[in-house]
Amino acid sequence: MSFAWDPFREMESLHREIDRLFNQPHWQSHWRTPLSRVSFLPGLSARAYPLLRLDDQANEIVVEALAPGVDVDSLKVSVVNQQLRIEGTKPAPAGIEAEAYHRNERSAGAFVRILSLPASVNPDKISADYKNGVLSIRMPKAEHARPRQISVNVQ
Amino acid sequence: MAENTIQTTGNAVAEAARTPSVTRDEERYQVPPADIFETNGDLTVVADLPGVEKDGLKVRVDDDVLTIEGKVRHMEKRANLINEFELVDYFRQFRLSEEIDREKISAELKNGVLTLKLPKAEAAKPRQIEVKMA
Repeated sequence: MSFAWDPFREMESLHREIDRLFNQPHWQSHWRTPLSRVSFLPGLSARAYPLLRLDDQANEIVVEALAPGVDVDSLKVSVVNQQLRIEGTKPAPAGIEAEAYHRNERSAGAFVRILSLPASVNPDKISADYKNGVLSIRMPKAEHARPRQISVNVQ
Repeated sequence: MAENTIQTTGNAVAEAARTPSVTRDEERYQVPPADIFETNGDLTVVADLPGVEKDGLKVRVDDDVLTIEGKVRHMEKRANLINEFELVDYFRQFRLSEEIDREKISAELKNGVLTLKLPKAEAAKPRQIEVKMA
């Protein structure tokens, strides 16, 4: 099940982080985050923001971003040349002096994340919803990028 | 003060288990990042709980323990290309100081961010003491 702890899955995510560093997959060739922000083990502020999920389905690409507390007016999603760009600002609590904090774990500030998409999409039909701090972007694939079933002739 | 997180290992587990309603029933949960700050003697706790709806959020105060519990809609399957996160239920506890006015605690959930206002009891607020010269 999705929430049972699985050591192999943890290793897989570590593997993926290493892959991102050394062996970028061909569909994600634009690594723009400075290396100092990459951590092999999960850290609170060392990760890329927002964290993403990308599901490549037959007719569309679905991207979900974990972005709580983003200022809705600053949130921008755009697609150019098969690259998805998500940018926005997560404001810090307003008017609080540094001395007033007992604990400050939530990161804040402006962010940009650019992601290469595995297929070209139809830019006119992209929809994006922001709900409960999760941004969901659905991008229908362009007609020529949809999979075509190829029948295999058995001889 | 309220900034003491209750550790999830050692004696604190036994302590948290003393009140059965506070024990965690899921196998996996995550600790949401939180800011705590004090303005005019009132404490504010801000926690990131992305994916939690209003119905799935429970904020309770038992004795001196503040519990934030968020249930999320579990994702049916893993995404096939990138899986940097998974929505998992949230659980975090803080120990409150005695001075919080528990009747006046207010909570707001917006865009996946919980803001809890914990006003200090009047008796605990700082007071200027006038020094009289004899």
